[in-house]
Amino acid sequence: MTTATSVTDHVPLPQLHRRLTTARLPRWAPAATAVLAIALGCAIGAGAGLQSHLQWGLIAALLFVVISYGSSAKVEGRRQARDQLATSLVWVAFILAVVPLVSLIFYTIQQGAAVVNGDFLSHSMRGVYSSGPGGGIYHALLGTIQQVGLATLMAAPIGLLTAVYLVEYGRGRLAKVVTFFVDVMTGVPSIVAGLFILSLWILALGFQYSGFAGSLALAILMIPVVVRSTEEMLKLVPNELREASYALGVPKWKTILRIVIPTAIGGIATGVMLAVARITGETAPVLMLVFVSDSINSNPFQGPQMDLPIYIWQQYAQVNNSFGYARAWGAALVLIAFVMGLNLIARGIARWRSPKSGH
Amino acid sequence: MTSSTPDSSGGRTTTTPTGSLQGNSRRGDRLFFVASAGSGILLLVIMAAIAGFLLYRSGIALSKDQTNFFTTFEWDPDNILKPSFGIAVLTFGTIVSGCIAMVLAVPLAIAIALFISHYAPRKIAQPFAYLVDLLAAVPSIVYGLWGALFLVPHLAGLTSWMNTYLGWTYIFRTTHQGAPARNLFTTGILLAIMILPIITAVSREVFRQVPRSHEEAALALGATRWEMIRTAVLPFGRPGVISASMLGLGRALGETMAVAIVLSSSNVLSLHLLDAGGGTFAQNIALKYSEAGPAGKDALMASGLVLFVITLLVNGGARLIIARRKEYSGANA
Repeated sequence: MTTATSVTDHVPLPQLHRRLTTARLPRWAPAATAVLAIALGCAIGAGAGLQSHLQWGLIAALLFVVISYGSSAKVEGRRQARDQLATSLVWVAFILAVVPLVSLIFYTIQQGAAVVNGDFLSHSMRGVYSSGPGGGIYHALLGTIQQVGLATLMAAPIGLLTAVYLVEYGRGRLAKVVTFFVDVMTGVPSIVAGLFILSLWILALGFQYSGFAGSLALAILMIPVVVRSTEEMLKLVPNELREASYALGVPKWKTILRIVIPTAIGGIATGVMLAVARITGETAPVLMLVFVSDSINSNPFQGPQMDLPIYIWQQYAQVNNSFGYARAWGAALVLIAFVMGLNLIARGIARWRSPKSGH
Repeated sequence: MTSSTPDSSGGRTTTTPTGSLQGNSRRGDRLFFVASAGSGILLLVIMAAIAGFLLYRSGIALSKDQTNFFTTFEWDPDNILKPSFGIAVLTFGTIVSGCIAMVLAVPLAIAIALFISHYAPRKIAQPFAYLVDLLAAVPSIVYGLWGALFLVPHLAGLTSWMNTYLGWTYIFRTTHQGAPARNLFTTGILLAIMILPIITAVSREVFRQVPRSHEEAALALGATRWEMIRTAVLPFGRPGVISASMLGLGRALGETMAVAIVLSSSNVLSLHLLDAGGGTFAQNIALKYSEAGPAGKDALMASGLVLFVITLLVNGGARLIIARRKEYSGANA
C-alpha cells in the first residue's frame, strides 16, 4: 500500500493526519529477507568454519526471524512486527520440521534402493552367513502378511460389531464405559499388549511361540483403531435412511446389515486399512511372541516365524556389519512402501466412497 | 438418532405385521444385539484381563524382590541368591525422554498445524497435510534405524557445542567427550520427531473447526493475523491441542523399538542428559526379554504394569479433557 502515502501527500490538509494507512513493507519483503538471511547464514557458517550444513541453516533461520522482526518494527510498528514475528516463526517451524521428516524418507529410499531386487524379495536368510552378503526378506514378508492377515481377521469383526453397538444400540452406562475404554485402549503401548499375550497365551495356557501368538497381540492393538474409525463412519450415515427402512417394516438387524453398513462401507474399509498399516510396523509384541527364524515357515500356528520389523531389528543388531545394515535398509524400504501403499489406497477408497455428508 | 425404535432388546418392532415375521425378526434382532454388545463387553474383558494378568505376575515378581522396587537401580531378577530389581532408572529415563520430546514437539506441532490451517497457500497446505499423515504411519523401527545410523552421527556436533557453551547448566555437561550421542537427549529428539505428525494431525483438525465467524469478527475489529489467531483460534483449540499433546506423550512413553535402537542402556541414573546410558520401561522390556528366565519375565511384567498404569493415566486424562469434543480424539488418525 505504498501508493496510498503518495496519493494522500497531495491532499492539502496539513493539520490532519497525512496518511490513511501506516507504512507497510513491500510485498516482496519476506522473500528478500529470506534470501538475505540465507546468504548471511552461509557467509557466517563458511566464515566460522562450521562443518555441518544444518548449523548454517539454523543460523540463517535465526537471522530471518530477527531481520524480519526488526525491519517490520522499524517500518510498520509494534503490532505489525509481532504479526510478522509469528508468521516467520511459523514458516521456520515448518521448514525445521520438514527437514528431518523428508530426510528420513530420502535416506531410507537411497539406502534401501541399492539392496532391493528380485533376489532380495524372493529369498530367505537360511544358510546365509549373517555378516556376509546375500540373503533376503521372503520369510519375513510372508510372516508379516500372515500375522497381519490373522490379526485383521480377528480384530475387524470385533471392532465392527463394537462400533455397531456404540452407534446403533449404545445408550446408557455400558456404552459410555465402552467408549471410554476404547479410547484408553488406543494408548496401550504395544509392548504391554505383547506382555499380556505372553502371560496369557504362552505362560498360562502353555502354547508355544508362533506367528498366531503375535497376531493376537496385534489384534489387541488394532481393535480400538477399527472401532473408532468405524464409529465415525456409521455416525455419518444419514438417519433418514434408517427411518425409511424402519417405516417399511424392516427389522433393526436387517436395517443395519443391508442399509447402514453398505452405506458406510467405503469409510469402514479405509479405517480397517489404516489400522492394518499401523500394526504392520509394530515390532515389540511380535519380537516377544513370534521369535526369530531364518527359514521360511509358512505355518503361522506352529514354530517361530519372522516378520519385517523384527528382521530390521535383527539385521541392525549385528553391530557394525555393513551387509546387515544394508539388508536392514532394504527391509525398511519394503516396509515403508507397504505401509504407505496401504495408506494411499485407503485414502483413495475414502475419497471414492464416503457418505455424502462426509468430507 | 434412532429414537423411533426400542434400544435394549430391539425385539419389540411394533411395525412388523405378521406373527411369524415378528418372531423371526425378534430372533435376528436379539442375536445381532447380543453379538454387538458382546463385542463391546469383550473389549472391556480384554482391558480387565491385561490389568489382571499383569497384576498377578507382578505380584509373583515383587514377592521375590529383595530390594525396594521403586528405588533400586539394578535389574537382576534372575539372580538366584538375591533377586533384586527396581524401576528407578527406568522411571527417570521414561519421564525425562518424554519431557524432552514434549518440549520440542508441542510448539513445533502447533506451529505446523497453524501453518497448514492458516498460513500456507492452499496449494502447499493440502499436499503437506497428506505428507504429515503419511509420516504418522512410518513404523517406529524405521525411525529407530534412521535415528541410530543418521541422527546419532549428525548430533555429535550439536552435543559437543552444547557441552562447551551450555555445560554450566550441569544437565548439558558430558563426562565422556566424543562418545556417540546415544543418550537421553538424542532419544528425546527422536521421540519428538516421531510424535510430531500425530500431534500436528490432531491439532490441525481442531484449528480447522474454529468457527469462521470468530476469525472474521477478529479481523473486522482490525486484528492482525497473529492477533486473530491468539484471540480466536488458540482459545478455541486449546482443549484439542492439550489432548493431542497427551496422546503424543502416551506414544512417546510407550515407544519401544526406536528407543531400544538409539539409547545405549545402563543402570545408571545420571542428570547429565548428554551422557550415554539410562533406559526406559519399554526399552528395558525389549532388551532384557530374550535372556530373561521365569523370574526375569515376571519382573518385566511388573515394569510393564507400571508403564501400563502411566499410559492409562495420561490417555485417560487426555480423554477427560476433551470428553465434550469427541471428534478431536484422534484415535483414527
